[in-house]
Amino acid sequence: MARKVTTRRKLVMTAIAWVLGIMIFFPILWTFLTSFKTEADAIASPPQFLFFHWTLENYHEVQSRSDYFKHFSNSVIISFGSTLIGLIIAIPSAWAMAFAPTKKTKDVLMWMLSTKMMPPVGALIPIYLLFQSFGLLDSRIGLVMVLTLINLPIIVWMLYTYFKEIPGEILEAARMDGASLMKEIAYVLTPMAVPGIASTLLLNIILAWNEAFWTLNLTASKAAPLTTFIASYSSPEGLFYAKLSAASTMAIAPILILGWFSQKQLVRGLTFGAVK
Amino acid sequence: MAPKDWNGASFTRTVPEWAAECLSGFGGLFFTRERALPSKNFRSGLAMATLHTRSAARLMMAPSVLLLLAWMIIPLAMTIYFSFLRYNLLMPGMEEYAGFSNYSYFLTDPAFFTAIANTLLIVVGVLLITVVGGILFALLLDQPMFGQGIVRILVIAPFFVMPTVSALVWKNMFMNPVNGLFAWIAKSFGFQPIDWFASVPLFSIIIIVAWQWLPFATLIMLTALQSLDEEQKEAAEMDGAGAFSKFFYIILPHMARAITVVVLIQTIFLLSVFAEILVTTNGGPGIQSTNLTYLVYAQALLQFDIGGASAGGIVAVILANIVAFFLVRLIGKNLEA
Amino acid sequence: MTLKTILLGACSALAFAGLASAETLTIATVNNGDMIRMQKLTDDFTSKNPGIELEWVTLEENVLRQKVTTDIATKGGQFDIMTIGTYEVPIWAKQGWLLPLDNLGADYDVDDLLPAIRSGLTGEDGKLYAAPFYGESSMVMYRKDLMEKAGLTMPDAPTWEFIADAARKMTDKSNEVYGICLRGKAGWGENMAFLTATANAFGARWFDEKWTPQFDQPEWKNALEFYVKLLNEAGPPGASSNGFNENLALFQTGKCGMWIDATVAASFVTNPKESKVADKVGFALAPDTGLGKRGNWLWAWNLAIPAGTQKQEAAEKFVSWATSKAYLDLVASKEGWANVPPGTRTSLYENPEYQKAAPFAKMTLDSINAADPKNPAVKPVPYVGVQFVAIPEFQGLGTAVGQQFSAALAGQVTVDQALQSAQQLTTREMTKAGYIK
Repeated sequence: MARKVTTRRKLVMTAIAWVLGIMIFFPILWTFLTSFKTEADAIASPPQFLFFHWTLENYHEVQSRSDYFKHFSNSVIISFGSTLIGLIIAIPSAWAMAFAPTKKTKDVLMWMLSTKMMPPVGALIPIYLLFQSFGLLDSRIGLVMVLTLINLPIIVWMLYTYFKEIPGEILEAARMDGASLMKEIAYVLTPMAVPGIASTLLLNIILAWNEAFWTLNLTASKAAPLTTFIASYSSPEGLFYAKLSAASTMAIAPILILGWFSQKQLVRGLTFGAVK
Repeated sequence: MAPKDWNGASFTRTVPEWAAECLSGFGGLFFTRERALPSKNFRSGLAMATLHTRSAARLMMAPSVLLLLAWMIIPLAMTIYFSFLRYNLLMPGMEEYAGFSNYSYFLTDPAFFTAIANTLLIVVGVLLITVVGGILFALLLDQPMFGQGIVRILVIAPFFVMPTVSALVWKNMFMNPVNGLFAWIAKSFGFQPIDWFASVPLFSIIIIVAWQWLPFATLIMLTALQSLDEEQKEAAEMDGAGAFSKFFYIILPHMARAITVVVLIQTIFLLSVFAEILVTTNGGPGIQSTNLTYLVYAQALLQFDIGGASAGGIVAVILANIVAFFLVRLIGKNLEA
Repeated sequence: MTLKTILLGACSALAFAGLASAETLTIATVNNGDMIRMQKLTDDFTSKNPGIELEWVTLEENVLRQKVTTDIATKGGQFDIMTIGTYEVPIWAKQGWLLPLDNLGADYDVDDLLPAIRSGLTGEDGKLYAAPFYGESSMVMYRKDLMEKAGLTMPDAPTWEFIADAARKMTDKSNEVYGICLRGKAGWGENMAFLTATANAFGARWFDEKWTPQFDQPEWKNALEFYVKLLNEAGPPGASSNGFNENLALFQTGKCGMWIDATVAASFVTNPKESKVADKVGFALAPDTGLGKRGNWLWAWNLAIPAGTQKQEAAEKFVSWATSKAYLDLVASKEGWANVPPGTRTSLYENPEYQKAAPFAKMTLDSINAADPKNPAVKPVPYVGVQFVAIPEFQGLGTAVGQQFSAALAGQVTVDQALQSAQQLTTREMTKAGYIK
């Protein structure tokens, strides 16, 4: 018996869902709208929703102050770079954990996750001193290294949960055919795990893109990503809501768009692995 | 291999029997760990057939384990070393051995216990909102409706926003008691606007952080919900189960693992909430929204007292591991399957 | 032509290219209006100094301070020029972290710098360690129209009693007009800058000559009680999270009757492009209580060169350019005299064009001259600084105490509780740091 859905029920659900969805999304929408206002309109009371003088001035202002594309490309390099390196390191170990588990596997996994619980501020000065002595301050390589290490536990853990869902029989069959270990990974396992890998990739790019502590503290200008771009718009002298909104929109738009376009992959990966 | 002290799970063997039973009994209410066992035995028996595979597995795990070990031990060792020094960044050349004085100053800091309580309140508060809200949103989004894809996009959007940005936006454009949108709404209904960051600072921070994490929870819950067998739901309906019993006996147990994932991942991030506090309240008024991370930050980057901050960092690491230990005890089993 | 000559030629071409290829200066600066203007005028500098390129790192004040302090203390060498405050200069100069600015050029005219500002940037050896970009004191900015409506006239040198009375009379909460806006947001550079300076006028001080904290003394209680009461009765809602920027926005939108804050704000509140009340603003000296000290502070944002830089010569050229008289002329020609960075040079205040364009010029100059960092309080103190105490521990201390006072303003604790906590935590930190034996 297929579930019957009355049109009325569907309409009610649609209404509720849209209202709630717009409420959740509203801060972003509001930021977006404000970015096209003049500073005076931005703090006008009553607030102006659509009928204000639309202007691109804030974007001009923001771009003339700091080169958006430099920060943007740094963000891209750092987040994609760290995620890709993280995947390369994590795939073999997640494979090993999923297909050759020992008594210690679970302990190792939990230990890995627990390394993420250390408050980063406590380690800032040691890391800063290390970076300085290796000449890594304000370098993209340095940031890629740090973000790789920070996100590695999450990557390993996510991949592990995906790999565990792959039926062992398939591997057994491959082994019967005489496939070597590497071939097993390359030709059998990886294709099956692609949705999982894709969603891990996406999730970690998002996490790396938004990481604001290390990126802010270990860079000055050459390697500075979008998180530092934003740092120059928080509470300057004078009215700043509109400029802040423009800078915010520019900083979050790329990742938001990426996230929206790839949400199917993200969801498919999650369904396949972690939470099924 | 992994040092035992740092992983939660290896503590399990030293926990008194009663505690273990109590906790696993509690876990058993929600989590179906019995089902997990046979498949696990089957899998491991199948895959670790040879010694060759085993050593290969070790080799494959080596890079990530060694890297993380180095990432953990090197800063940790330096931090421990600094924590025994009187070391202020602004007064170089005056470093001297300080014994445990940094620790005693940090532990007797009047803000210390408040900071621990606030840290836990933030974790628990955000988890409550996001888990409950996430389940509700997931149930809602699972209903047939028009434009489901668009609503889903709207709901997951906050997850992509940088914490600094979202804190700035909430603080200035929404919660500001004069120019904020909330103040305008309150005023247009004739109420006195709430002064968010002065009267309910911790709650305001919890709201902001929860807004950022709600999409993550929703997404995970939704995928779990959608993997629930349609037949199961229908069978329940045929049995005449009401909406509530259907939810509590079928849907919720099915979501147990999704909830576990949400709790685990979010706890890791929530323990060190920082940007939101720095941007909005600076830990105040007084110390009402100071958490451990912020307390350590104040030592390190306001006082530049590296000795004190290192001691604080070590204390925070120990506390985080205690939390990790309980977390693993409570929900770790559920991750098997 | 032999191979050798070709190689030689190539080498010298490379060497030449090396010389000609730009030297890049990395400049860390704060995101205040005047600095952002400087950043936009970069072309003027680079066209006059071919071969030097500028890389700007513009950050919010607190983030900037953390970054430059971490960098200079660990000799990170990420910056060639740093923007630092009057608080940092003496501390850093003493550590040998800054290069003395001996070569700012023949036409720099060091003696033109305002004496009060200059003395704060001069080391014990008499050398200048940072060049002031703009300087400020604090003063009263008020709405002439509202003052008139309240039936009062603002004297040039008001007392706190008058201010409090006027604030209450000007307040009209139903129309969102609040008599007085003051800083309440916690931070050593936010509410504590204002409160420390104000406490001086009430006869209070941070420490006695033996570095014993003085928050348990009646003067502090008077000052803090006065401040909390006044803001609760005549201040805007949410005063405990208002800093300079928040108050500026309130004043510009016509919601404040009076605002006591940095003199640089004068050019923002009188700028018709930004301010709704531009033509209605009057100025007065910071108030006193008849004890002989006015609560007006002294601050300057300065450009300094860290000792570790490889590019001293280029950096000096830039510092000289940005703090010169010619720079003031440049800003004036592009943005008008009212927008030049104020508070650094005597010649600016003698310039009739500036006096005409900036109605706040005289009051600014008087306020700066009235500040006395060496003797800030009524009673003797062991420290230098009006709105801060020039010791490395002050950032942490000031912020922690500021948190307590902010909580008192928000009504979370009583004034007595706040003072008691302040006394305790200050005693603790000063003992830890070794001041109190």
